[in-house]
Formats: sequence, structure tokens, C-alpha cells
Amino acid sequence: MELNQLFRFDTFLVGANNRLAVTAARTVAQTPGTAYNPLFIYSATGLGKTHILMAIGQQAKQVSPGVVVEYLTLEEFVEAFHAAVAAGQSDAFRNRFVNVDVLLIDDVQFLTHRREMQAELLRLIGQLQETDRQIVLSSDRPPSEIEGLDERLVSGFAGGLIVDIGRPDFETRLAILRRRADERGADFGPGVLEAVAAFESANVRELLGTLNRLVAFQAVNEAPLTPESATALLGWEGGEPPAAEAPSPSPPADEFSDFLSDVTSVLTRQVEEWRRRVAEAVMRWEGEGYRTARLETLLNAEAPVNSESSIRDFERDVERLRELEAEMAAMDAAGAGQAVFRDPDLVADAEALVQRAREGLSPPPGPSALWTFEEYAGGESNKLALSAARAAGEQPGRRYNPLVLVGPAGVGKTHLLHAIGNVLAKGPGAIVACLSAQDFLDELVQAIDRDRVDPWRARYRRVTALLLDDVHLLAGKERSQEELFHLYNHMAAGERQLVFTLHAPPRGVPGLDDRLISRFEGGLVAELAPPDRVLKQALIRRHLALRAGEPDGDLVDYLAARPADSVRAVLGLVQRLLGAADARGSTPSAALARELLEGAAPPTPRTSVSLRASGVVASPTGLVKSHEKFVWSWPNPAERLVEDLS
Amino acid sequence: MSLVNFTTREITCKIVYYGPGRSGKTTNLQYIFGRVPEDRRGRMVSLATQTDRTLFFDFLPLELGSISGFKTRFQLYTVPGQVYYNATRKLVLQGSDGVVFVADSQARQLDENIESMQNLHANLLEQGLDVRTLPVILQYNKQDLPPELILTPAELDEALNFRAWPSLPADAINGHGVFETLKAIAEGVLRRLSEARV
Repeated sequence: MELNQLFRFDTFLVGANNRLAVTAARTVAQTPGTAYNPLFIYSATGLGKTHILMAIGQQAKQVSPGVVVEYLTLEEFVEAFHAAVAAGQSDAFRNRFVNVDVLLIDDVQFLTHRREMQAELLRLIGQLQETDRQIVLSSDRPPSEIEGLDERLVSGFAGGLIVDIGRPDFETRLAILRRRADERGADFGPGVLEAVAAFESANVRELLGTLNRLVAFQAVNEAPLTPESATALLGWEGGEPPAAEAPSPSPPADEFSDFLSDVTSVLTRQVEEWRRRVAEAVMRWEGEGYRTARLETLLNAEAPVNSESSIRDFERDVERLRELEAEMAAMDAAGAGQAVFRDPDLVADAEALVQRAREGLSPPPGPSALWTFEEYAGGESNKLALSAARAAGEQPGRRYNPLVLVGPAGVGKTHLLHAIGNVLAKGPGAIVACLSAQDFLDELVQAIDRDRVDPWRARYRRVTALLLDDVHLLAGKERSQEELFHLYNHMAAGERQLVFTLHAPPRGVPGLDDRLISRFEGGLVAELAPPDRVLKQALIRRHLALRAGEPDGDLVDYLAARPADSVRAVLGLVQRLLGAADARGSTPSAALARELLEGAAPPTPRTSVSLRASGVVASPTGLVKSHEKFVWSWPNPAERLVEDLS
Repeated sequence: MSLVNFTTREITCKIVYYGPGRSGKTTNLQYIFGRVPEDRRGRMVSLATQTDRTLFFDFLPLELGSISGFKTRFQLYTVPGQVYYNATRKLVLQGSDGVVFVADSQARQLDENIESMQNLHANLLEQGLDVRTLPVILQYNKQDLPPELILTPAELDEALNFRAWPSLPADAINGHGVFETLKAIAEGVLRRLSEARV
């Protein structure tokens, strides 16, 4: 703000009430930054604080014209600060004062409870003092009485000089009145100014207001004022001073307007409070490295906004970002520190990012609890495979690694695979991946699609055992085999158990990479043959017993003698028999079985084919896993063709 | 208590004039009513007995127009001062944003003042209004009476104002101190604006 040219030391009347303040001010003006720094002047309103501040500025410039003087009220200081913050240029605000030699700040009592501004002022004062620049502050009360003022500021002020300006005494008042009357060319009768000065005005402004009334009155009245008429005019008859506490004779006419303007000013101040709060929030979060665009938009709003809830929402988002970033850091140190974690407007993106990371870390599909060794029926046909499987479960990674279970569809490879998986999963800290090669392939395709191959790999590299079903499905899928190859090496190097199932010995699977074949063969390839008679009997007995009580020996023998080349086919027979028995309301018997299997539909290998193709047969124990299984284990030439083309 | 409504951009302040019977609460409202331009005031509702005692309550709505983008409205209420109308007082006190306690400065009314002040505390407590944060102004009315009949503001402060609330002398019947009181309570209430924005 420009300095008012009228506010000079030579236009300021010095009396006992202000002598100290003026002397200090003159000293400061002549030798800025050396004598009293900071100089703090306080007084009630209207006693000349602003006048002295500006006079310091004028004189400092007079003494050395090159001096840079800046005068501003605290409100302007705050506004400039907020404007700078809103424009994202808080540094510019700070630099603005770097070259100021004499900084004059008026009305600093408004620092009350403004922590942010106090901190800024404290910093500024420190900065200026370091370079011997002068600071002068004024207030309507001493620093110690400014509510909520930072102790460091109070002591900082005390480190310079704190002076007050008292009310002018009679002589000073008279001198002020005479000088001002002279300036205005007004000539008063003897004793008039003395009579006015005799009443103790609260401040100089009021005194000058009184003088103005007298000047105006005298200008329109021919009769010169006398001391009596002057006091009568001013309503001070009876010696009652104007500052008296008692109510005036009649209340002012427009009390309501008065009330309204008062309420308006209070309300405006209160409503504008939000800007300050928002600006402070911007400062804070900007300082912590968060993007504050959302809050800055609020500052541009004309009308008041619900700043509290906006700030609260903002802070909640920041809090969430912090949580997400911490979680991200725990999963992937490189992933944290991304810009998305610093922008509260992008919480959703951050959530998605972390979610993807979480998915990468979630363990791959594990073994199905339904398929255990207890449920697995053993016989001659699967003896080797079963004992190898048990050994792999008991001594993972050491006995047979990899263990490759080979056999035609429906002989129990999948069951055995999951049974091993269930045993392995009980080990301490075990993460067992047990899934079909098709799922493995699908996951990889999805990961490629989402550009998340690295997390996908990481997910598998964390597992302690990899059990992959139907690896022949990867035949011809180069990328999948490549991934499996690397994963294999990684696992084998760590002595982690690998189990695979194939529908034929590795060399017999066309399209399977030689690298994989040789590795499969380096472990144990255990074949599962189609079930022998003993195994069939055991299976039939168990499954009939589950549904219809202990079956008779004839029935078991009859069914076991039926041609069936897989466990699934055997179970299919049992299912058909049970279905027929249910339909007739009878119990399953050898006679019923004969009628069913030899009469209407003689059992042939076709039966099992149709069962496979339908994919709807499921045993109550859940032995048949899915429709997919059938499709893939009975390759359809048309589908193969599509695969190859793609 | 919804002081500020940011959605509808309205500020509504409910101010209750409290105090013993015949202390001048209704007089305060009547004086204000007389000074407010017609377009700014609603109808003053006064339910009084034949002997001019407030039976239920007085209600004076003041429309202050749009201030800082907010449609601002003051609602002034009085409570019946007589001891036996306590239920009504509680009802009126509900949801108030500020209280003006109008005390009768007459020395012989001191006990009534004290009793009413205690009653105010009890009712505020019951309404869940925090007496430590609620803006309250004390008005020492009837200061125009001969000095020998009345207590000075200092004496009344001593007797009633143990919470050091702002207090003002007044002569409501002539209007002295009436708007000063209203201003003081309005400021107190509005200053809580920022705090009330929770």
C-alpha cells in the first residue's frame, strides 16, 4: 500500500503520551534495522499508530532514497498470502519481502488464533532480522494480550522494543486542535478550543471529529462560537464528557440500520472465515506433497462453500491414499511413490492399482478339499502312482520331483493330484498352486491382456508347490510352455514339489516342448492304468454303500465284470443303476443291473464316450469336476483347428 | 440446532429473552418491533393475559435480507417469566442459539432474578445446551429508576454474573440498551458460525 504523504513526523504532534513511541520511531526511520528491531507499537484506536508507521516509511526514504519500504495491514498480508497460495505461488509471496528494507505491518492484533499466518510472520521476521532489515508492527494491544499468539512471536517482539501510545493529555489535545484549526483556516473565539480540549476524548480521531463539527457549524453561522455555545453544540452541557457510559438522551433514530450493518460486518467476517481455513488446508497438504487442486478450486468460489466438509472429505481421501500407499509399499516398493498416491482426486485409481497388486499377490488356486488320499481307492492298476504320490506328499521336492502322473482320462489322475496338494498344503507356510493347465493358460492370457504378466509370474513364484493338471492342454501353446519352463526351473532350483498330469507319456504328446519333456522325464513318470477288477470292486462297493447301504456281492461282481476302461466309466455304471433303482423305487440289485445294462442298453465303450461328452454326470462325492474336463480330455478336432489358427 | 444451512444458504438464529416476570422481556421485543421497517419484520405474536403478562411466549421474526450470500433471519422469543410456566420456558428454549437474560435491576427483585437465573441453568442443562458455550448476554433493565431503588450493574454482576457473560445496562421502555443488547447477542451467536459448521 502507498504511504499517505500527510502522515509524516512533522505532522504528528508529540506529547507526553506518545513521546517514547515517536522517539523510537524516528530512530528506526533514520537507521533501519539497527536500533529496535522489531519495533512494536500498540495503542487504542485513533491515537496515531498508522500515522507513525507511515511516518517511519517516509522518513526512511528521505534519509536514503534507495530504501525499499513496504507498508501493509495484516489483512493485506493475509490476503496476499492466500492469493499466493491459491495461485500456487507461495514461494513468490515469500520472495516478495526478501528485498524490503523497512517492512511496516499494521493491525497485527488480527493474528489471533491464525497459526498459519503466525508461522509465516515468524519466518518472515527471522528472515528480515538476519539481513538487518527493519520490521515495525502495530497493534491495538500488547503482544501478550493478543489471544492465541505463538510464544515465539511474543518473545520475538519483546526482543525488539514494545512501546505504547497513551491518550493525549489536555495540552496535546489543545495543540492538536489548534494545529488542525490552522490547517483548515478556521478561526475560533478565545476559549473555544480550550473548552473542547477540556473534555477527554477517547482518541485523536474523535477529537478531530469534534473539531470538524465546530468548523462546519461556524461556517454556516454568523455568530462566532463561544466556549458555552461550543459545548452546548456538542451536547456536553453539564460537564458530561462524550465518553460517558450512561445512555444518551435519546437513542439514534435508525437503530435497526445500525444493527443491520453491525450484523452484516460480523457475518461477513465469519463467513469469509472459510477462505482462511481452506487456504491453510492448501498450505498444509501442499507442504506434505499432496495435490490440492480440489481445495484451490474452492478458493475461487464467489459464494461461501461448506469448507469444513470439503476439507474433511479431502483429508479423508488423503488418509485413504496413505493407507493404500503403505499397503502398496508392503507389496511392491517400486509401486509406492507413484503420483496417483499424491492426488486425492485419484483415490479410485489408487484403489484399482492396489487391487491389481493384491490380485498379483493372492495365492493361485489351491487343491480341492474333496479329493484326498482317504477317498482314493487303490488297486494294482494305480499302485505305483499312489505310492509315488504319497511319497511326494510326505517329502515334497526331494523324492520325486517332478512327479508326472500319466494315464487316460478318468483313471483318477486329477484326484491324485489334488490329494497330493491337500497333503502339501498342510505344511507350514505352504502355498500350493493346484490347477488345470487350461486355467493356467487362461490366467496368463488375462495377465498379458492387462499388462500384468510380472505380477502374475510373481504370484506363481511364491508358491511352495505347483501341481498342474492336464499339461497336454498346453501342447502347441508356446508362450504358456515358455512360462511353465521358467517357472519349472525356478521351482526345481528351490526344491519345491512339482506334479503334473498328462493323458499320455510326455514323449507321446505332440506339441509339447522338448525342454519340458526332458524335464518331466527327469523326474518320475508314473502311469495309471485303467482300473483292474479289484479296484473296480472297491470303487463300486464304496459308491453303492454311500447311496444304498452295503451292496450284495453279486451286484459288485457283476458290475466289476462289465467292460469299463476308467474309474469314471465304472462310476457311470453305478450312477445309472442307482438312477434306475430310484425310478422304480427298488434297491439296486444284480438283476436290475443285468436288465438295465444288457436289456435296454448293452454296455459298450460308447457308453463311456457319451457320458464324457454330455458332461452332466456328477457323482455325489463330486468326483467329476467339470464339463470342461470332458471337452478337453476328448479333443474335438474342430476346436483344435481353431486353436491352431489363433 | 441448524444455525447455518449451506444448501439453502440460510442462516437462522433463534434468540430467547429469558428472565423473571415483569423484567421487561416483552418490552425489549416491542421496542425492536417498533424500530424495524415493516418489510423486515414478521407479525409479532404475543400471547398475553389480560393483565399484560406473557402467558405463552412472544415471537418476533426479523428478516435481515441477504448477507454474504446467506438469507439471514433472526427469531426473537420471550419466555413467560412467572415461575409456574416452566414447561413453556423449556419448550421455547429448545434449539435456541443464544439467550438474553433480562434482569430487573430493582433491589427488591434480586431474589426473583437469582431464581430465574438458576432456572435458566437447569433448563439449559435439561435441553442439552452447553451453558459454557451458548452465547448469553445479561441485560440489567430498568436502570432509569431512581438510584435508591435499583442495584448498579456492578452489584448485579456480582449477584448474577458468575459466568462473566457480557452484561449491559438498559432502560428498555425508552429503548436504551435494547439494540445494544440485540447487537451483542447477535455477534455472540454469529461468531459461533464457524464452530457450528460441523
